Amino acid sequence: MASRIRESIFGQALASVSVSVLIGFAIYGALIWAPTEKTMGFLQRIFYFHAASGEVMILAFCAAFIGNVGYLIRRKIEWDWLAISSVEVGLIFNTISLVTGPIWAKPAWGIWWDWGDARLTSTFVLWVLYIGYVILRRMIENPERRAVVSSVFGVFAFLDVPLVYFSIWWWRTQHPPPLITKPGGLAPDMLKVFFFTMAALTALMAIFIRQRYKLEAVRHTVAEMQIEADYRNEGGAK
Amino acid sequence: MNHFGSVVAAYMFIWGILMVYQFTVSKRVSNLRQEVERLKETLERGKRN
Repeated sequence: MASRIRESIFGQALASVSVSVLIGFAIYGALIWAPTEKTMGFLQRIFYFHAASGEVMILAFCAAFIGNVGYLIRRKIEWDWLAISSVEVGLIFNTISLVTGPIWAKPAWGIWWDWGDARLTSTFVLWVLYIGYVILRRMIENPERRAVVSSVFGVFAFLDVPLVYFSIWWWRTQHPPPLITKPGGLAPDMLKVFFFTMAALTALMAIFIRQRYKLEAVRHTVAEMQIEADYRNEGGAK
Repeated sequence: MNHFGSVVAAYMFIWGILMVYQFTVSKRVSNLRQEVERLKETLERGKRN
């Protein structure tokens, strides 16, 4: 048992150090190594973490969707733990993309926000939906009922994810079209930095989800122990 | 360097929110571990009695 705990702590420390190194290189790449863009200049350097956060947000919500569907099919509580862990982490990256976007938009477009823009509005709706998911869970005490209701709501909330992703293909928006897949969109060195940043943030997302999943597992243990302690206190052990 | 302040603000926000999140999760795990220890003691005491 003790060696397993030691191995787990060592593994966690190793993963954290590796991700920190990756993030360090990503910051260096985004702020120093990548060439300065001709039109927007230094401001464009927000792009690397802003766009990568958006992509990682979508990955996290996909993991949440898998957790939600997994729970509805299998009825195993571990799927629900995956769902809430991924939603919480997805919300962090969603918030990053929602805040860094306007910081970039104001000097670039002259406005902070455009409610008529499909990408911006659908991303904001996504944030509201998943905040609703978290609030909904807090309102239900029974773990099984909470898992069922939030899984159904989670599947519904996920419907907005493809809308967010494809909005720049489907509608003409203020938000730039996909520069990554477009030929001549981004310089090769910029693309390298973008993909490296995305890999670093994906690794960070995985660590966060794992850590949050463990929190849910410990919470479950506490609830079970509490039931046992209450049972004993009421004289059930006699 | 143009718009240096905007880039600094964006990056500070990113690292701020990531650090705050990491801190809150660690804090929640540590509180729950303390709760596990407390419940273990309660259950042990119950067994002895």
